This record gives sequence, structure tokens and C-alpha cells, in this order.
Amino acid sequence: MLSPEILFAGLVNGLMAGGIYVLVAVGLTLIYGVLHIINFAHGSLLMLAMYAVFFLWRKPLGLDPYVALPIVTAGAFAFGYLLYRALIGHFSHGKDENILLITLGLSIIIDNAALFFFTGDTQTIDVTYAGQMIWLGPALVALPKLVSFAAALAICILLGLFMTRTDMGKAIRAVAKERQGARLVGIDVEGVMAISYGIGIACLGAAACLLMPTFYVSPTSGHAFVLIAFTIVALGGMGSFKGALLGGLIIGVVESIGGLWLGEQLGQIGIPLVFILILLLRPTGLFGAAR
Amino acid sequence: MLAVLGVLALAAYPWVFRSNYAINVGFLILFAAYLGQTWNIAGGFAGQTSFGHVVFFGVGAYTSTILQTAYGMNPWIAWPFAALAGAFTGWLIGVLSYRAGLKGSYFALITLAVAEVGRVVANSLPITRGGLGILVRADHRAANFQFKDPIWFYYLALALCLLAMLIVWRLTRTRFGARLAAIRENEDAAQALGIDSFREKVKCLTLSGGLCGAGGTVYVQKYLYLDPSIAFGVDKSVEMLLVTMIGGAGTVLGPLIGSGVLHVVGEITRDLGNSLPGVSNAQPLSIIVYGAVLIAIVAWLPDGLMGLFSRRSKDARRA
Repeated sequence: MLSPEILFAGLVNGLMAGGIYVLVAVGLTLIYGVLHIINFAHGSLLMLAMYAVFFLWRKPLGLDPYVALPIVTAGAFAFGYLLYRALIGHFSHGKDENILLITLGLSIIIDNAALFFFTGDTQTIDVTYAGQMIWLGPALVALPKLVSFAAALAICILLGLFMTRTDMGKAIRAVAKERQGARLVGIDVEGVMAISYGIGIACLGAAACLLMPTFYVSPTSGHAFVLIAFTIVALGGMGSFKGALLGGLIIGVVESIGGLWLGEQLGQIGIPLVFILILLLRPTGLFGAAR
Repeated sequence: MLAVLGVLALAAYPWVFRSNYAINVGFLILFAAYLGQTWNIAGGFAGQTSFGHVVFFGVGAYTSTILQTAYGMNPWIAWPFAALAGAFTGWLIGVLSYRAGLKGSYFALITLAVAEVGRVVANSLPITRGGLGILVRADHRAANFQFKDPIWFYYLALALCLLAMLIVWRLTRTRFGARLAAIRENEDAAQALGIDSFREKVKCLTLSGGLCGAGGTVYVQKYLYLDPSIAFGVDKSVEMLLVTMIGGAGTVLGPLIGSGVLHVVGEITRDLGNSLPGVSNAQPLSIIVYGAVLIAIVAWLPDGLMGLFSRRSKDARRA
């Protein structure tokens, strides 16, 4: 059995990783909740944002990833908005499998464009604070992970406030609940959908900035996040913010403890297994409404 | 008549284009068409879009390869076991996910997750030799399911492809096929007509998984190597889906047409790309074209390229 200290360290590190997962999954759940589409290109767009962080950090710009956060987030929003307007929106009234296929096609294009232009090499950025460690009780935690955890939660809270306190947030929730009704009261439904997609992708931009100090980017690094994000969204309940928040933290811990308990290789089984079990046993997730 | 001519043309191909390169491309086209056809049975005919069809391929490939290398079984005898293992996997996934009422995108995602479980397990078990992969000892004898001349693998793939097409062609004329089509078009209505949709869907996925599992053995016998990312990689699932969607899901010829078009377009794009100045590897360019073609097909040609030829199927779908 694992000793309590190791278990605690695993728990803390899992929570830290979970913070980033929350940010990735919140974008996915927002897009699902409003547009009722499963955005299969989510991982690829995250990878693209991570490359943006990398190129901003590299000479001649030399921007620190935390400084770049507002730029990348805004850029990601614009990119998502345009992507929806130019491509996804046109096809979004068909069957949901078709939209899944469109976003699959998008992810194929993005992944291979990255492979073509950026080569398959793994890129990392070196920041002076990357190696700094902090004791959190008996657990040793890397400083950037603590920062990313706090920032991810702060962004989620801001997003929650935006959704509940602003007119645009209200409009988004209206469209998510009742599309026809929203149209009847004069909401520009297509516009709201494009903005929602943009916000979902903006979350990825922020996540990319928080990830890069401790992570690496290659054309395939989005793949790791696809199944994780789907699992969180399924666990929390499709379309639920609260669910994404709790689900992200749970999945972070499952991954970390699974890795400690079953080893580096077999530990990876935790996430797909949780995903399968949720879909089979409780497809509405923790907070989801009945489908 | 056309069918006979087509078969003759495919059979004559290796005698017209005699280079090993041409024969290997021919093999790849036919083999992808075969795997696509197994996807087509579930995705095209019953509307069960799968994102992880490779799991059947991988389970089949590992089954026959382990029986062969660890237990000394002749690969020809191990082959049916691969098909059985694939069929069992299809049955299991079907029973579990259809009991839970998973449809559409949810079904697609659960197959994706099952394939990922397969990859992780194959990466961690001693019997699969983990990430090192399994090398099959080269011993080129027909009795050993290994052929020195690639032409034999070409004909094997052709035979499999024709067999799968025959099965799918039967689907278009039997009650089983009609029930699957009813489920695809409107499952609730199909059930109201007395179709046991659970049973039919499970049967369909079992058939599809069995055929796909048999393909796994052929792959390993040709390349004599298997590792977890070959056996359970997402790209193979995507390829099966692509060739079928592009050619025409739910049609007999769709996967073959799609596979042919995709490979030819891919080869041309790669050659063009490689001739550009400063390009060292244009392989990604051809895959970008695949993605773009997929989007275009879903957007404008939901019946695939076959839809261009048959007005009838279009009208039938609209009705």
C-alpha cells in the first residue's frame, strides 16, 4: 500500500493538474451546452494555442507566458469566433454525428498543418521559475503548477460571474436553454453561438499559457487532453459548469493516484475507464440534466 | 457485367503495374477498403458511427500474434481466433453500450475510449511486450502465412475485400440489412414496427468486429511487427471512417472508391508537395487534404462520391 505522505503528495499534485483540466473542460462544456455539438477539435486547438505561446516566448518577442496570457486568450477568442462563423456554423443544424465529423476533419487539418509547418519536434520554453518548488504541507509542488491552479480557478470564477451577471451571459444561457424562445425575444442566436464558441476556445488560450511553463508542445500534444476533457465533461454532466469544475479536480486526482498505484504505464487506464463507466452507468454525470 | 469487369481489372492490376511499389500501393488501397468496409457495416448500414473501430483490428492482431509467437500456433489456424476475438469485442461493446442506451456521438466517444483502454493495456502487459512490440520471426513460406512476393498479399487483400463486399451486398438485399437501415433512419420508428433494435445492433457490431479482427492478422503477417500504437492508434480508426464517408457510407462500393481516391489524391499531393522548394516531408499535406475532403463531403455530399452516381439513393433518402 502507499504511505499516507505519498498519497497526500499525489492528491495535491492531482489537484494542481486538475486546475488546468477544469479550464480545458469548461470551454468544452460551454460549447456543448450552447451549441449541442461535441467539439472534437478541442485538443488540436489547445495545441495550436500552445504553439502561439511558444512563438511569443521565443526571440525576438521574448514574452513571458504569463504576460502573454491576455494576448493569447484574446487571439484564441477571435480564432474560435471566426472558425464558427466561417465553418462550423454553416453545418450545425444537421445530425450531431455530422458536426462531430466536421470537427474531426478540422482536428486532422490542424494537427497536420502543425506537423508540416512546425515539424514533429517537441518544443519547450525555459522560464527561470519553472523549477522552483514550494512545500505545501508534506507535499512538494512546482511553483508554476500552483500558479496555474490558482489562475485556472480564478478564470473559472470570472467566467461564472460573466455568465450570471452580464447581459451577454444571460443571452448565452437563454440560447443554451431554449433556442427558439431566445430568438423570439430578439436575441441574435447565431451571434451568441459564435461568441460562445469563441469563449470556449479562449479558455484554451488561457490554459495554454498556464500549461507551457511546465509542459511541452508538439503537434500531437493536444491528443492527451481530448479524452481527458471529454471524461470531465461526461463526469460533471454535459453543459454543467459546476460539473466541469468538480469533474476536472476529480480527474486530476484519479490520474495522479492511478499513476502512483498502477504505475506510469497502466495508470493511464484510469481516465478512459472512468469515462466508459460514467457513460454506461450514469450518462447524465454528476450535475447533468436528463438527456 | 460491370462487377465482373471490375474484378478482372483489379486482378490484372499487378500484371500491368509490375513494380513492388505499385503492388504495395494496391495492397494498401484494398486493405484500407476492407477495413473501411467493416466500419461501413456498423457506421454506414446501422448508423453506428464509431471513432474507435481500430480496437477490433488490434484485438484480432494481438490474438493471432500472441497465439503464434508465445504458443507456437500456426498463423493460419490462429487467424479464425483473431476473427472470433474481434467478434467477441464487438459483441461486448454492443451489449454494454446499447444496454446503456448510448447513441450518436456518445457511442462514437465510447468506442474511442475503449480503443484507448486497449492501447494502455497493450502497453503494460508482459505478454504483449509493452511498447517494445512483438516481432514475428521472418520465415517466408506460404504454410506460415508469410509470402516473399508482395503479389500474394495483394491477392489476399483483394479476396478479403471482395468477400466483405459480398457480405455488404447481401446486407442490401436481406431483411437483416433492411432492419439495420430502419434503425439508422429512425430507431424509435423501427422499434415501433417490432424490430428488436438492441439485438440487431449487437449482431451488426459483432459481424463488423469479427471481420475487422481478421484484418489484424493480415496486417501483422505482412509487416511482421505489432506494437500498441499500430494496434490501437486513432489514425487507423479515422482512416476506416474516412474512406467510407468519402466513398459513400451505406453503399457496397463506397469504401473501395473512397480508399482508391484517397490514396491516389494522397500520393499526388505528396509528390506535388515534395517538388515544392524547401519542403522535405509533404506527408502531412496529403493528410490535410483528407481532412478537407471529409469536411466537404459531410457538408455537401452526405452520400459520398457514390452519391454522385446514384440519383436513386439520394431520392430514397429525401423521401
